[in-house]
Amino acid sequence: MSFAFYLIAALTLAGGLAAVLLKNTVHCALSLTLAFAGQALLFLELDAQFAGFAQILVYIGAVAILVVFAILLTKGSETPKGSVYSRHSLAGLVIAAAVFAMLGWAVIQSLPAVPRGPASTPSVTVLDIGNALISRYVLPLEIVALLLTAALIGAVIIAMHEKERAK
Amino acid sequence: MLGEGILKGLAETARNFAGSFVSKERLTTVQYPEQRIAPIEATRDFPFLVYDGDDWQAGMRCVACQICEKECPPKCIYIVKSTDKKPDYVGKPQFYPARFDIDISVCMSCQICVEVCPFEAIKMDTEFELSTTDRFGGLLFDSERLAKSNEYYHKIHPTEATAVDAVLAEGKAKAEAKTTTAAIASAVKGAEIPPHPAGGGD
Amino acid sequence: MTERLDQIFVLLEQWLVGFLPFAWRPAAGVVLSVVAIVCLFPALFALTTVFERKGLARIQNRIGPNRVGWLGILQPVADGIKSLTKEDIVPLSADAAVHFLAPVLLVVAVFMGFAVLPMGRKMVLVDIDAGLLFFFAVGASTELSVFMAGWSSRNKYSLLGAMRAVAQMISYEVPLLMSSVTVVMITGSLSLTKIVAAQNQYTWGLPHWYIFTPWGLAGFVMYAIAATAETNRSPFDLPEGESELVAGYHTEYSGFKFALFFLGEYLAMFSISGLGTTLFLGGWSAPLQVLGWVPSWIWFFSKLMLSIFVFIWLRGTLPRLRQDQLMNFAWKFVLPLTLLNLLVAAAWRFLGDGWERWVICSAVVMLAYVGMAWSGMRRGHFGPRRYRYAE
Repeated sequence: MSFAFYLIAALTLAGGLAAVLLKNTVHCALSLTLAFAGQALLFLELDAQFAGFAQILVYIGAVAILVVFAILLTKGSETPKGSVYSRHSLAGLVIAAAVFAMLGWAVIQSLPAVPRGPASTPSVTVLDIGNALISRYVLPLEIVALLLTAALIGAVIIAMHEKERAK
Repeated sequence: MLGEGILKGLAETARNFAGSFVSKERLTTVQYPEQRIAPIEATRDFPFLVYDGDDWQAGMRCVACQICEKECPPKCIYIVKSTDKKPDYVGKPQFYPARFDIDISVCMSCQICVEVCPFEAIKMDTEFELSTTDRFGGLLFDSERLAKSNEYYHKIHPTEATAVDAVLAEGKAKAEAKTTTAAIASAVKGAEIPPHPAGGGD
Repeated sequence: MTERLDQIFVLLEQWLVGFLPFAWRPAAGVVLSVVAIVCLFPALFALTTVFERKGLARIQNRIGPNRVGWLGILQPVADGIKSLTKEDIVPLSADAAVHFLAPVLLVVAVFMGFAVLPMGRKMVLVDIDAGLLFFFAVGASTELSVFMAGWSSRNKYSLLGAMRAVAQMISYEVPLLMSSVTVVMITGSLSLTKIVAAQNQYTWGLPHWYIFTPWGLAGFVMYAIAATAETNRSPFDLPEGESELVAGYHTEYSGFKFALFFLGEYLAMFSISGLGTTLFLGGWSAPLQVLGWVPSWIWFFSKLMLSIFVFIWLRGTLPRLRQDQLMNFAWKFVLPLTLLNLLVAAAWRFLGDGWERWVICSAVVMLAYVGMAWSGMRRGHFGPRRYRYAE
């Protein structure tokens, strides 16, 4: 738990909190991007290079832009006049605290299973990830590829239908 | 073949780039204001008033007929006719402009004033470096500023000036011929000449 | 002697850092390298602006700036003073925080990209194992800054320009990555230093640069096209074309912020050319083995400036592409060819050494290009414009 970890954690938490507390939707999206960046830095601090850079490339480079486009193309870009919090905010808070407690308990329970010591820190290079994807995890890889193809085809079909309807 | 046009275009620009260092035909820009390109003869910028001889007031061809003022599309010419007359190039007494102002910030160089002038008095100048810091007075030219000599006109538009001189000389000759015949006719009429005997022969 | 000249910057850094106590040395070394990059590339940017203006001028039969300093070489100083002393106008209804952060984010992201480029033998700032991935990750962050700039200006035209720019950058991101993936496939590593080391071998005095292979040449051309589109450079500069959208997403920026956008665009051009040099042109390796005595950083920067010169040449030659034309080009032409290039590179790897793989790979690439070009021209997608006149 080094100083760097606390700094990055503070950044991520600030980004996440701002994403739910700010009024302007685009500001929320940008703070969410900050939270993504904080997560990527956490990955990098743990020496997981591929995960960290892939997080930046995918989340900040694509997902954040997608979120922002979605906000702009709908009416979400107008600042809401009333309050942004729902009436049931207390119930929501309680449920969120419960989920966090359960996740925290699960993580802490699993800590003894991971062996301690400097030699046990695995160094996973991109080569190892690649090898694992092709040999051991090839079925999930192909299923994810199929899913992505289906999503692409679906997007094209929706856009095509709109174009035909527009004609 | 796709991409051929791009390669041809790239070759052309490369030729232009390399050629601009070596040949004058490629690099057509001059280092203004140290070098200037001589303007062609048909250049026109703003009008000026032509005068013959040395005195710009006595030799000015303009007779304040105000045709150019009426024909000017943006109405940039302002003329005040004089009350007395002075002799023009053939000797006939004519009015002259007491005030002749052209606002060159309004003038659009259409040359209509030149085309309609019956006295070849207003012609187009080629001077363009007229910028001034005085937005109003500096761009309003009075008749003294506008008056330029016939020699200057010959310098900037040689063929046009020679043609104009020929026309004016012809007009002058015709006028002189008319005065001479008129003088002879009046001299003949003045002298007592006995009438011819009717049916007489000689 | 040539060894010392080659490593002169490394030796300089070690000598300077030697003055400090032992514990501070690594950090000081890094700081020194960062300062060197932050000083060098903006200076190169200043020089490039003069070259661009004079190069474009000569292509267009005129002279270009020649009043400030000898042959106009001090023109960037005049431009810098102008942009620093101009009034910083922020529209009243603009989102002040985002408006301020957009150019900052752009410049920071672009500077980070320089950290993994190997500029000479042993002259990388950080030698990351996944260096290429890092570069593309920070490149993706620049799109976000473009969007932020366009949206925070509260200007319809800025927003439109930003949308177009982001759409263009996203569409060309895929061919950019795909053409780089072929290099990774053949080298077997994402680390840029290993990629350059793999190209630093010579057969009969000629180098093993990837551009000299069929898939490498195709990959380089597509990388160049995608790089031109990523940095919003002519002929893909619709988002910032003056006659189209005033200045697109940086309409509402003036003074120093505009200068930062300008700097960011040119630095992005440098870093993407640097990456292209590293991936396809052999990075800091010499073109012929006999020329190996010339210092490696000279080769790297010469190749970089050559790429910049080609960018300027393209800008002076080609007209602007319309938005739908450039999107069509990306998705329907460049992307299928990059995917095919992946297959060709794989075939290259598995056909083993010999002349067969040259013939087969070249044939496949040429056939694919000619086939797609011919079918596209037949259907009128590209080629000379066909006019329909009213009767």
